[in-house]
Order: sequence, then C-alpha cells, then structure tokens
Amino acid sequence: MSHHIIDFKNVHFNYPDGTEALKGVTFRITHGESVGIVGANGAGKSTLIFHMNGYLLPTKGAIIIGDVQLGKTTRNEIRKKVGVVFQDPDDQLFMPTVFDDVSFGPLNMGLTKNRVIERVTEALNTVGCYELKDRPPHHLSSGQKRAVSIATVIAMQPDILVMDEPAASLDPRSRRQLIELLKEFKHTKIIASHDLDLILEVCKRCIVIADGKVRADGLTEELLMDEKLLIENSLELPLSLKGR
Amino acid sequence: MPSFDKEYFNLGYLDTLSYKDTFVHRLDPRIKLVTTFIFILFVVSFPKYEILKMLPFFFFPVFILSVGEIPLKFILKKLLIASPFALFVGIFNPFFDTAAMYNFYGIPISGGWVSYLSIIIKFILTVTAALLLVATTSFPGVCLALKKLKVPNVFVVQLLFLYRYMFVLTAETMRIIRARNMRSFGKKGRGMKTLISIIGVLFVRTVERSERIYQAMCSRGFDGEIRLLTSYKIGFVDISFAITAITVFIIFRGYDVTKTLGELITKT
Ligand SMILES: Nc1ncnc2c1ncn2[C@@H]1O[C@H](COP(=O)(O)OP(=O)(O)O)[C@@H](O)[C@H]1O
Ligand SMILES: [Mg+2]
Repeated sequence: MSHHIIDFKNVHFNYPDGTEALKGVTFRITHGESVGIVGANGAGKSTLIFHMNGYLLPTKGAIIIGDVQLGKTTRNEIRKKVGVVFQDPDDQLFMPTVFDDVSFGPLNMGLTKNRVIERVTEALNTVGCYELKDRPPHHLSSGQKRAVSIATVIAMQPDILVMDEPAASLDPRSRRQLIELLKEFKHTKIIASHDLDLILEVCKRCIVIADGKVRADGLTEELLMDEKLLIENSLELPLSLKGR
Repeated sequence: MPSFDKEYFNLGYLDTLSYKDTFVHRLDPRIKLVTTFIFILFVVSFPKYEILKMLPFFFFPVFILSVGEIPLKFILKKLLIASPFALFVGIFNPFFDTAAMYNFYGIPISGGWVSYLSIIIKFILTVTAALLLVATTSFPGVCLALKKLKVPNVFVVQLLFLYRYMFVLTAETMRIIRARNMRSFGKKGRGMKTLISIIGVLFVRTVERSERIYQAMCSRGFDGEIRLLTSYKIGFVDISFAITAITVFIIFRGYDVTKTLGELITKT
C-alpha cells in the first residue's frame, strides 16, 4: 500500500529567528513500520514532528506522504491521514468535556452524528477512558490526559500515528499502560522520545538525530546497544540494556 | 503569596461543585439563568423599609442549597468576603434617618436601622442566589445556554477557551510565584522588578501556548467553527421548575406570608 509511505527528502528548516533546526534530513518510512526518533534535548525531534502534518513546511527539500507532496494546499488532506499527538496534553485537550474533545476531529471530518458517537466510544474504549467521557479535561490526572489526547487522534482513524514525547510526565504505572497501548496499535507509528526504554519496547526501527541531522538509522535493538553512538549523541544506554 | 494559591483552589472547588449530579445541576442552564435573574429582580423590587415580607424569599436559596448539595459553609464564606461592600453601602442610614418607626418592647427603632437591615437582607439574598447559580451550573453549560440564546458563536467560543485555560494559566502563575518565593527568603521577591518580569514570562508563555493549541486544532481539521454533539433540551421538568418558582415569587411578593403565618399561629 503505497499511500502510507512517508518520505523526507533532504529537509531543511530554519526558525524565523535564524535557528537552523533541521539541516538536511532524509528518511523513508513505509507502511506498518514502528519508528522511534531519538535524540537529546534540542536535537530537533519536535521540529521534525511538526513537519509530519504540515504545521511547519520545509525551508528546503520535500516531504512526500503517500503520493502527495506536503504543501500549503495539500496539508488539510494529509492531516486526515496523519494524526499527531503533541507533547503537552493541555494543548491537545481544549474542549469543555472529554467527549466533546474526542468528537472534535470526527465532527470536522463531516461524519454523521451516529458515526461520530461510534468513533468516540471506540477510541475512548481503546485507551480505557470511556468512563471519563463527561469529565472536563482540567479534572484529569496527567496519565488520563495523555490517554485522552491519544484517543482524540485515533478517533479520526489516521493511517499514521505520530507522537511527541508520549511518556513525558507520566508515573511508572501510567507509562507502562501507555507502552502496552502503543504495542497494540497496528498503525504506522512514529514516536519521538528520549525515553529509550520506551522506544526499545515499542519500535522496531530507530532514527537517531542530533543537531538537526540523522546520525543513524536502523534496527532499534542494534542502535540502542551501541554505547559509543549513543554517547556521541548525548544519549545513554537504555536502563534495561545496562549491565548486559 | 499563599493567598493566590488559596484563591486558585477556591476557584477549583467552585468548579468541582458545579459538576455534581443532582436535580438542580441537571436543570437546563437557560432555565436556571432566567429563574435566578427573575428572583433577583423580585428581591430588589421591595421598598426600602421592607423586612418581614422578604424573609420568605429565603426559601429559594435554601431549596437550591439543600437539593443541590452545596455546602452551606462554602456559601457563607463567600458571602462574608463580599459583605464589607453591603455593610458600608447602608452604614449612614441609621444616622440620617432617625425618626422612630417601630417600638420594640419600649425601645424605639429608627427608620434608618430598618432600611439598613433591609439592604443587608437584599444583599444576602441576591448574592447567595448568584453564587448558587454558579455552583450548580457548569461553565460550559452556561456557555451553551448563551449559544442557544443566540449569543454569537465567536463570543461563546472565546468564553469556553477562557474557562479552559484559566486553570492552566493560574496553575502556571502559581508555579512561577512559588519558585520566586522559594528563592526570595521572605524578602517579597525583590518587589516590582521581578513582578514585571514574571508578567512578561507569563505573557510569552501564553502566546506560545495559544499557538500550540491552534496547531493542535488545525491538526484535527479545525475550520473556524466549533461543533458540538451535546445538546441541551428544555424538558417538562425544567418548565415546571421555572413556573413553580416564579409563581411562588409572585405569591410571596404580593401577600404578606410572614404576617398571615403569624396570625394563623396566634389564632390557634
Ligand atoms: N519556536 C522556535 N523558535 C526558534 N528556535 C526554536 C523554536 N523551537 C525550537 N527551536 C530550536 O530548534 C532546535 C530544535 O528544537 P526541538 O525540535 O524542540 O528539539 P527537541 O524536541 O529534540 O528537544 C533547538 O535548538 C531549539 O532551540
Ligand atoms: Mg521536543
């Protein structure tokens, strides 16, 4: 299925203040892959994620999703295929109740009332938060907020699920639940994180970035065992591999 | 600035109360809004020297308070905070209006004291009613009521966002202020200068956040209109509540219930 392919071709991006956040990123992710994007703080992970659905557009280079080149005119179509869960759930949950929030995307897609209710119910059940549907987001814990933000995106049934630091600010138990949840997804998954243990469990493939460039791209198990590579890129061996 | 923390939690408490599930909470927000408004109009319409005829009106706040399971202590506290205003508004009445009006077991009571007491009762009634409205109606409920009452969409959406991010912003402010206090050792955090930079930081963070929210909205297909599935319907119960309440207001306003009751009791 060619339409689930993400192709970054020599992507450069400069922020308006002149910061060069991406300096020629090239990779290709195909259907059904689970890919971790790892790198130290400021490496450019979030910037890369913002490109996945056209919130930011490359200063130079091209991004092709399916067989469409990402641009101002195509990004609305592409947003239906690529669901992005942002780093801070407080940014993602802006409606008065959990139900309203999860139905926001499906309603914008023009689905009928019954279809919307079906999708919302399904999405909330998937993340185990159906009972929270009438609660306002500011009465939820961090873990619940995170789970609901994921529901807001899967309710739109995207082909590709993209997440930025999904485990940030979660306690060990919520983090464990999240990992189990992510393992369940059969979508194409792209997860940016510096939580290498999470990447190791959830993603087969891994792309290491540092200073806006791809430093390594390969099997997670191999790359995350390579202590020299990790230290060069200001990372550390995942805890679960230490002392092996 | 511990008082800021306290106010924040109070706000959060008021908000939590509004999500209870009781008969009063379930009433349509529009009905509650209109009934409370009419109640306030009735109370305010009493003449300056009236006291006894107003007392029956306490039934309304008492009803809402008990059925809505709102803690009395909470409402009293809020009332106390607002009371200096009411106490000062009428404070000079007893001095200017000294003509005796009643004779209470030989002690003459001047018109000034009577009207002062009347003001205080009016204040208690109206403020309590308004507080109870807020405590029994979730804010989004009020917003949707406004939308149904044909208030423009843009305005309603602004209010919804204001409410949603008020909590995020206050929590953020609280964190910054706490961090400042932690490192200023009771010296008021070097006063104005720090305060100004705190406001600056808050402003920048707010702008950045609004940018991120907008981006999250666009990612989910936002096209300028907020659609909601939740719909509010005015049902039989809502209408009956409003009609009963307003009928009782009219009766209490027209007849002197206190006097009739008193006569009934003394007769038997
Ligand atoms: N809005 C912005 N304006 C200017 N520079 C930015 C902005 N956001 C991020 N940067 C810079 O871009 C680089 C990459 O940041 P980011 O993608 O957020 O990294 P990561 O998510 O990997 O921690 C950093 O050097 C950062 O300072
Ligand atoms: Mg980041």
